[in-house]
Amino acid sequence: MPELTYREAIRDAMSEAMRRDEDVFVMGEDIAEMGGSMGVTQGMLDEFGPDRVRNTPISEMAIVGAGIGAAVAGMRPIVEIMYQDFMTLSMEQLVQQAAKHRYMSGGQIKVPLTLRTQGGAGWSPGAQHAQQLEAWFVHVPGIKVVFASTPADARGLLWSSIYDDNPVVFFEHRTLYNLKGDVPDEIDGIEIGKARVHREGEDVTVVATGRLVHEALKAAEEAESDGISVEVVDPRTLLPLDEEAIVGSVRKTTRCVVAHEAVVRMGFGAEIAAIVQHGAFDYLDAPVERVGATFTPVPFAPVMEQYVIPHAEDVLAAIRRTVGKD
Amino acid sequence: MATLEEKGQAVPTERLKEFLREMLLIRRFEENVEERFRAGELPGFLHVAIGQEAVAVGVCRALEEGDVIASTHRAHGHTIANGTHPNEVMAELYGKVEGCSHGYGGSMHLYDVERGNLGANAVVGGGLPGIVGAALAFKLRSEPRVAVAFFGDGATNIGTFHESLNLAQLWSVPAVFVCEHNRYAESTPSKQHLPIEDMTKRAEAFGMASLAVDGQDVEAVYETARKALRHARDGKGPVFVVADCVRLSGHYVGDPQVYRPKEEILELRKSRDPIELLRARLEISDEEFEAMDAEATRISEDSVEFAKKGTDPKPEDALKNVYA
Repeated sequence: MPELTYREAIRDAMSEAMRRDEDVFVMGEDIAEMGGSMGVTQGMLDEFGPDRVRNTPISEMAIVGAGIGAAVAGMRPIVEIMYQDFMTLSMEQLVQQAAKHRYMSGGQIKVPLTLRTQGGAGWSPGAQHAQQLEAWFVHVPGIKVVFASTPADARGLLWSSIYDDNPVVFFEHRTLYNLKGDVPDEIDGIEIGKARVHREGEDVTVVATGRLVHEALKAAEEAESDGISVEVVDPRTLLPLDEEAIVGSVRKTTRCVVAHEAVVRMGFGAEIAAIVQHGAFDYLDAPVERVGATFTPVPFAPVMEQYVIPHAEDVLAAIRRTVGKD
Repeated sequence: MATLEEKGQAVPTERLKEFLREMLLIRRFEENVEERFRAGELPGFLHVAIGQEAVAVGVCRALEEGDVIASTHRAHGHTIANGTHPNEVMAELYGKVEGCSHGYGGSMHLYDVERGNLGANAVVGGGLPGIVGAALAFKLRSEPRVAVAFFGDGATNIGTFHESLNLAQLWSVPAVFVCEHNRYAESTPSKQHLPIEDMTKRAEAFGMASLAVDGQDVEAVYETARKALRHARDGKGPVFVVADCVRLSGHYVGDPQVYRPKEEILELRKSRDPIELLRARLEISDEEFEAMDAEATRISEDSVEFAKKGTDPKPEDALKNVYA
């Protein structure tokens, strides 16, 4: 099995799709010569040329909207929005157009658009470059939302996103780009809507996304040495969501912690908690715990930023609360 | 700035008569819509484009097979002119399965993808970026097709307009942007929302070719649209068309139009009605005109009958078509 970084895995999926399929192209700000602000599209201009690796003006509404129009007209565009914070600028096109074209037309239209974006705190980018806004998107019927946490998942899920006939928002985490991991020899899609169990356990289920998957795995190691057996489940795709895997795991372990980097309040974890209390009510031995950022913008000064965002020790503390060892 | 090739020739009388029939049909259809709405038969709310029929007909009749359009909240005329049968449009307004959006869209979301109608948009300016993208797809695949966006003067104040025209010109995609300059953004007159008089200056900012036309003159609109479409189709880049037109109705059906002097509407009805203008130009006899009118009225009445007999969707059909 080859080893790729998260960044390389994403590039690999896009490049291979573009080699196989003329309908696939990428566009976004600074993605051509510069290779994207995170270097994800580096080298792609040389291989595919400026028609298919298109630098755009700083125009999020038009970039997303043009992706929608090209998709409606039969292409499979991949649009990169440099930071998910800037997705706020394109929300009208995504929420009002991409998500609803199929519905409002009574099924006449499909919108096979992939919107790649990234974000995340932990490197002091300040309040306008650090948010995790996935909860905004999972609230919108008509789009799919993917959040991969490993190179293999990133490559397989991006492949599936490109070939999905619906608009897919594909979140990448800023701090994971250099993470290395094994990927299969051949690119293959990973089904959108299937969770991955990263680690099996008996006492507590941690449902984690993005960077927090890795923090949860660290916390699980710590807990293990303390005699608490932790199962770590990464939904990988937030919409659709593998409720069966989550509920099944909690029925087994009887306890649940939800962990994401976004603010806790009204976050994705609230939906998981609701699903778990409904699907595993009679099995639960403790209230569902939620781990996430404080209800503040992300501050700049490193000490404040580290205080605001969740880490392995926050996940561990939540695990301990569920087993009464806090 | 790009210049447009000038090569016009008079439109044959028979063709103009077709345009007149089409405009009459749209007029009678929309009058019927108003009436049925007032009778409480149509759910939701509606916008008619009475007075603006010449833009819809002039532009859509200039389109070629494979071209696509995106319309606005005032979409009935564009949709009918683009070839969707009035029965399907009326059935949509009644929320029926036989409607052009199968009851999922309504007046502001009329679609007919088979005929190149990529959808009417209830978000002002919302359809423009998609038109740039469709045009980009045509360009990337070297297809001789053009994507056309309709929108009003009010939309030229929103970000999507500026971002879309900028991108379209930058990438020289085959798109035509048709601004129906009716001088009202809902109720707000243009002097309260536009800082400029000459709307072609909007395009000048992007180095985009532009054409201004009297939007009440269907022949002029048709000729202008043909020029714009040819320019775009020939790979010379997008074109911005300003059609100076009049809305002889309110913003929505039932709008008391308190923002507009009554005399203005009465005067415009007398002097700027595109149907009357063409009728006079063609010197059509009363007899011939009445025959045309009776035919338009009949088709319009039939569409109401068709719609009323249509099939109601099952409530749980609401769960379909969310995802492909």
